[in-house]
Amino acid sequence: MKRALVLGSLAVAWAAAAQTPDPTAAEFDKFREIMEQDNPAELFEVKGEELWRARRGPKNASLEQCDLGLGPGVVKGAYAQMPRYFADADRVMDAEARIVQCMITLQGFKYADLAKQPFSNADRTPDPVSLITYVAAQSRGMKVAAPQNHPKERAAYETGKAIFFYRAGAYDFSCASCHSVDDKRIRTQPLPNFTKPNQAIGAVQGWPGYRMTGGVMHSVQWRINDCFRQQRFPEPGYASETVSALLAYLTVNANGHVYRGPGIKR
Amino acid sequence: MRLASAAVLAIAAAFLASCATPQRDYRPDALAMMKRDFHGRGIAGMDRLNEDAVQAACNKYQDNPPQEVADKLQKEQLAAIKWPADGKLLGDWKSGERIAQDGRGMSWSDKGGVGGSCYNCHQIGPRESSFGTIGPSLYQFAKLRGYGADIQRYAYGKIYNAKAYNLCSQMPRMGHVDALTEQQIRDLVALLMDPASPVNQ
Repeated sequence: MKRALVLGSLAVAWAAAAQTPDPTAAEFDKFREIMEQDNPAELFEVKGEELWRARRGPKNASLEQCDLGLGPGVVKGAYAQMPRYFADADRVMDAEARIVQCMITLQGFKYADLAKQPFSNADRTPDPVSLITYVAAQSRGMKVAAPQNHPKERAAYETGKAIFFYRAGAYDFSCASCHSVDDKRIRTQPLPNFTKPNQAIGAVQGWPGYRMTGGVMHSVQWRINDCFRQQRFPEPGYASETVSALLAYLTVNANGHVYRGPGIKR
Repeated sequence: MRLASAAVLAIAAAFLASCATPQRDYRPDALAMMKRDFHGRGIAGMDRLNEDAVQAACNKYQDNPPQEVADKLQKEQLAAIKWPADGKLLGDWKSGERIAQDGRGMSWSDKGGVGGSCYNCHQIGPRESSFGTIGPSLYQFAKLRGYGADIQRYAYGKIYNAKAYNLCSQMPRMGHVDALTEQQIRDLVALLMDPASPVNQ
């Protein structure tokens, strides 16, 4: 109840602040600081931890033996060190792709079922979204350190970079159309320049994020999907290599910056 | 003498080394990966992953093609512009303002009804403070450039196909890809060019 009141009054303040272009970003940053002290993302973090430990799926197993890159069952710090190469899948995976992989191999879930409606809406938050929020929270305050040791990790970075700059589709857009120059915006929304390390962290920070628009929890998988929608491209497969490669490019560019944990987004 | 020749040798060695290990082009890998991973959805089909000649040149040369490549393709794009048969380029600026505001169109969540998305990237009318900055400000477009037929023609052509004027412009080719109709482009030209439009107040 108290949370609802705080949310309501802040939403009004936010809407009022959104009237003018430049002060908006600054106002929203203040708003975000207040919100992050009482972030609804924590609810999904708790739900995700329950799901992580519960015996579920056709194999009635938990995810506690899932190897997120630092050894089976090690969750702490894993999110900040992905995407990375996983020998058992022989590909580079971002954190959500890896969780999905573990749900398939350990618990017996089917990819087609998980990919059917992978993103949150007002009525439903898919399990991988809660799980990724739990996993991400265990890297709160740690430095982003996506590895570039395995040849496939280096290839994923370079392929992701090529995807980032690839112009095509109805409007000739690439990711770079919006995200390779400093100090630009779409309408009033500031656009980070992801080719620069101090701004590339903007692609990592705040994800997974509780999104004010619609009041739902989203992971970075959703964000990349929505970027391609706005790019007027066809749709990338959920947890696909394309998304992992693009995230490898963005995350490696942000290496060395401190990850603050699940956040708040507009 | 010995120092100088050593320096020349060092430079030559560095040059050869840079030639011997050319930066591998990952674009074919990227495209193959996307073709494997993507699926068509709604109006956004898989054909959209394929480059046309303009996109291919801009991708190949990182948006900075050699002059002769740019000239040839720009000429082709310019020749493909369909000008209104009756020669009228000026429509209704009020309708133009609505089209400029409308950001719908061409994505997989759009079903029809395409706007210009102009305010996403441009400052245009004085009453809209929520405008993007990827493109230049168009406020006082004709007041600054003149109201003549040549400027009208430029405005129509630029909206129809921005790549006819600047090959690797970030601006979509709104007429070329059938996003906007002839009448919609006329209305946008009026928004920029009509002396009564708020843009020119």
